[in-house]
Amino acid sequence: MEKRIVVDPITRIEGHLRVEVEIKNNKIVDAYCSGTMVRGMEIILKGRDPRDAWAFTERVCGVCTTVHALASCRTVENALGIKIPPNAELVRNLMFCAQMLQDHVVHFYHLHALDWVDVVSSLKADPKATSELAMSISPWPKNSIGYFKDVQKRIKKFVESGQLGIFANGYWGNKSYKLPPEANLMAVAHYLEALEWQKEIVKVHTIFGGKNPHPNYLVGGVPAAININGPNALNAERFAYVKQLLDDAKTFVDQVYIPDLLAVASFYKDWGAIGGGLKNYLVYGDLPTNGFNDPASYKFPRGIIMGRDLSKVHEVDTSDPDQIKEFISHSWYEYDSGNNNGKHPWEGETNLNYTGPKPPYDQLNVESKYSWLKTPRWKGNPMEVGPLARMLVGYASGRKEYQEVVNYALNYLDVPVTALFSTLGRTAARGLETKLVAGWALEFFDQLMSNIKHGDTHLHTNYMWDPEDWPDEAKGVGMTEAPRGALAHWIIIKNQKIDNYQLVVPSTWNASPRDAKGQMSAYEASLIGTPVSNPEQPLELLRTIHSFDPCIACAVHVYDEKGSYVHQIQTF
Amino acid sequence: MSEKPKTYYEMAIEKGYSRRDFMKFSAMMAAMLGLESSAIGKVAKALETKTRIPVLWLHGQECTCCSESFIRSSHPLVADILLDKISLDYTETLMAPAGYQAEKSLTDTMEKYKGEYILTVEGSIPVKNDGVYCCIAGKTFEDIVAEAAEGAKAIIAWGNCASAGCVQAAKPNPTGATPIYKKIKGKPIINVQGCPPIAEVMAGIIVHLLTFGSVPVLDRLGRPKSFYSKRVHDTCYRRPNYDAGLFVESFDDESAKQGYCLYKMGCRGPVTYNACGVTQWNNGVSFPIRSGHPCIGCSEANFWDNGPFYRHLTNFPGFGIESTADKVGLGLGIATGVGIVAHAISTNIRKRQLIKEGECEPELDKNNES
Repeated sequence: MEKRIVVDPITRIEGHLRVEVEIKNNKIVDAYCSGTMVRGMEIILKGRDPRDAWAFTERVCGVCTTVHALASCRTVENALGIKIPPNAELVRNLMFCAQMLQDHVVHFYHLHALDWVDVVSSLKADPKATSELAMSISPWPKNSIGYFKDVQKRIKKFVESGQLGIFANGYWGNKSYKLPPEANLMAVAHYLEALEWQKEIVKVHTIFGGKNPHPNYLVGGVPAAININGPNALNAERFAYVKQLLDDAKTFVDQVYIPDLLAVASFYKDWGAIGGGLKNYLVYGDLPTNGFNDPASYKFPRGIIMGRDLSKVHEVDTSDPDQIKEFISHSWYEYDSGNNNGKHPWEGETNLNYTGPKPPYDQLNVESKYSWLKTPRWKGNPMEVGPLARMLVGYASGRKEYQEVVNYALNYLDVPVTALFSTLGRTAARGLETKLVAGWALEFFDQLMSNIKHGDTHLHTNYMWDPEDWPDEAKGVGMTEAPRGALAHWIIIKNQKIDNYQLVVPSTWNASPRDAKGQMSAYEASLIGTPVSNPEQPLELLRTIHSFDPCIACAVHVYDEKGSYVHQIQTF
Repeated sequence: MSEKPKTYYEMAIEKGYSRRDFMKFSAMMAAMLGLESSAIGKVAKALETKTRIPVLWLHGQECTCCSESFIRSSHPLVADILLDKISLDYTETLMAPAGYQAEKSLTDTMEKYKGEYILTVEGSIPVKNDGVYCCIAGKTFEDIVAEAAEGAKAIIAWGNCASAGCVQAAKPNPTGATPIYKKIKGKPIINVQGCPPIAEVMAGIIVHLLTFGSVPVLDRLGRPKSFYSKRVHDTCYRRPNYDAGLFVESFDDESAKQGYCLYKMGCRGPVTYNACGVTQWNNGVSFPIRSGHPCIGCSEANFWDNGPFYRHLTNFPGFGIESTADKVGLGLGIATGVGIVAHAISTNIRKRQLIKEGECEPELDKNNES
């Protein structure tokens, strides 16, 4: 029997996402994703001081806080020809690393884990067996029987209170949960530990940027100052604090996150053949070791893979008007030049034009426009962005450290290389890059200390700070790798003010609606073929959607064979 | 200290009452509340086990920085809040279920705990074009908030979005982003300002409600006085530099390395009410000024339209005698003592003004133009 279902809201994400899928023989055969919230940031930015844009765009997202601020500073610096001091690049790299460490760990434990881990089942676990399991995979000190007994007691008391809070109405007991009770208890214990740890690593932002979420950035460098002989600037105490946080992060990733990821993955190897979706991957790259203008020096190399062919890495140019274009054929916007023409972001327009159903509504008109997301394409191709894309480009670029961690994981799980192109592959790639980033952060820190020791304490350049020095007109593009993938901003400056500002964010690449040719973007494509064993509990659908770590708001709808809408609430 | 608060049943037993007495008490409670006898069991069950106050956390036009800030809380730890202190029955960011089951969690609590739950809102409400700019489960955010507010005991508006509209309400406010207090009337609304608010401030509001059983005293902008009654300028550790006329003139200059005052770089500390200088961020590690960047004023309404951020304020309430800090800086080279005295006088005038007014509202719009 065929069915259509609606899931709205998709939870454990950032933002508002709606998904509508059609199910046949317990598999998804068609899917539509819709972003259901818009704020008009690009309209608001017009006419403002370009040096303020980082603060506005940082507020695009508080989960991947910093990434838009970084992209924005680079965009303005690109437009004005500003080259920031090497130490500023290192501090930005450290803030980048702290963001990725926190974001990926929170995604795994707090946004994604409940798709794989049955909290209620953990009550049946034997603490002794749990301790043995934990000790067999990690030297983490909190592995004792007493520790797991206490956690279990706490969860039991919570469940018996009858107030399940965030765990109420979960899909507990669903047959798709495969972990034994002991693995569930271990994961629940680490859910709580990760919650406590994540608030520590962000202190790297607090030290360099004054606060988190939304630390401060600055066009031309970073706002902090170094004075190793003064009490009111970055000195030995501040740096020792950062070092301690980075050391602790590496320990947590190596001893908790990675062992948990591999242990959980080993029970879900079948997901290595589900949710692959698109075959093209895009990475702008980041973490420069010789300045942002030298992409060859990036720890995350830049490049494109087409058709899953790992033997060739293609080049991407964000300034080329023929490469990246945004379409609005299925988005609630209008272009002066018509509905089906793409626009490079420098020529981009943001004219809101809602043509969807009047709320309250049960169903979007997916034949027409159905989302607030525009649809970006590279040379007309849909591209997946994110951790999997980064690991593949690193691997295909012949970087040894990438090949080592990827091969280690494939061997550990005893799965073929093709398992990378999947829901499981995406989730594993996120963990593996976290491991790389934890190591790189310490390299950046050592380099910064070495520079200071040799007398370089510069963190900001005053070049082009004063708008009086700017040309009448300038345009720029800035890129970074957000935790969720390739991110770029484009700016046009006229008479010292923003004339046009456009953002193409990772979730726009991944979660956008179809293009004029009817090609699906990454979310929709990856949902095709995803099993749904019980349409009343869209657990597997969440696994695939969450493997992207969505950073928007969407919802899922399910339709019957003839395309008529079945109100899911009635069938639940 | 971190012991779970006792239920009525536990307290009754401790005081020597029997289970039978407790059931009689429950029956009496049910009768007093006008409930049928079948409800006695329910009342007893509620009194036995209901120790955590239900909280619903809605998400509108926002970036989730408030939720992210909340989970950074160090005292109390967020796990302790979630497991022991409140029952967070709905939050799209953390809850296990999605879609229909998520909506069920929301309506279950709205029905079961009508008049008892706390509604917290993260994000503004877009009101233009019949609210189509933010829909969840096919409903407008405006309708969702109105419905949830109906049975709420009190409302917490998290952050600048829910308190004042924040970035999406900056000119030209394309979607008609509107703060909660403008749409919901007749309920206590606490505006916990900031973009985002400090984690320990957010947790502090929850603890205040639970511990003292009352809404904290608010200023006339609806902000708790416990965290928003002092200007960042008045609690800033760099304030002595301001008073002495020592200013950073450009980022990373020698004065920046000395940690001088950031007023000339555009600091909004003199017109911003927040706890940054006192509580600081992320368990007291630092705050923007300590890390070298001027305050951008994120806990004030319309701060996005009071830019550009790096243009310094030319005047603000309480500047009085010196008229501008530029003059203070220039004059102090020759007469430091006079400058300090002059500023002390203006501060006293400021204090008198504050006492007279109860509190003060910064009037950036008027004073920033010159």
